Amino acid sequence: MSADPRDEIVEHLPALRAFALSLTRNGALADDMVQDTLVKAWSKIHTFEQGTNMRAWLFTILRNTYYSNRRKAGREVSDAEGTFTDSLSEKPAHDGRLQLEDFRRAFVQLSDEQREALILVGAQGFAYEDAAETCGVAVGTIKSRVNRARARLVELLKLDDEDELEMTDQATMAVVSGRRTSGALN
Amino acid sequence: MGQNRAKAKEAEVIDENLRRVYEDMLDEKVPDRFLDLIARLKASETADSESGDR
Repeated sequence: MSADPRDEIVEHLPALRAFALSLTRNGALADDMVQDTLVKAWSKIHTFEQGTNMRAWLFTILRNTYYSNRRKAGREVSDAEGTFTDSLSEKPAHDGRLQLEDFRRAFVQLSDEQREALILVGAQGFAYEDAAETCGVAVGTIKSRVNRARARLVELLKLDDEDELEMTDQATMAVVSGRRTSGALN
Repeated sequence: MGQNRAKAKEAEVIDENLRRVYEDMLDEKVPDRFLDLIARLKASETADSESGDR
């Protein structure tokens, strides 16, 4: 009974779509990318090494497809229609964290390479090494893209203003600074 | 040192919000067109292997 690794692909669909949407910032384009990726993955399954990270392998196919289309078009696809920012429903931020809408607006302004690196490392939780392999660049390149992406977001969201930062998630702040806010547990 | 701590704080705020945006995307229902596509890819392969010994 030899399991077909392709049976596993369906489990990665939500992540593949999320990655595609982060990269393209456009729902229709993202789904076209996912479709292309599925067809390619199906026929190129022999290039997948059993036991390795299938999600990273699928992401690689998707981003290669995207960048090759971008090269043909000669420029980045813009978020002119605001699909990325409009496609998701807003949840109220009772806890005083950043408004997600503000965050999305800042996020879509990053370059493709910065969004990609930040999503892989910061959201998807890839090790720098896996992210570097997925993107076909050196580990140092990924690290610097992630750092520059974060710095740019800080700038766009004006987080470098002390007061603004105080307004964000107090619990997160307490953990990060190693201090407990007054009235915390214990 | 204070600088580093401020940087770490900023990174944490960024990543926390990033994960929330990303999780919203992960929660979206996968459209049927993709499940249909996978079913078609599977079916066409079965048809191929049945019609000849490759």
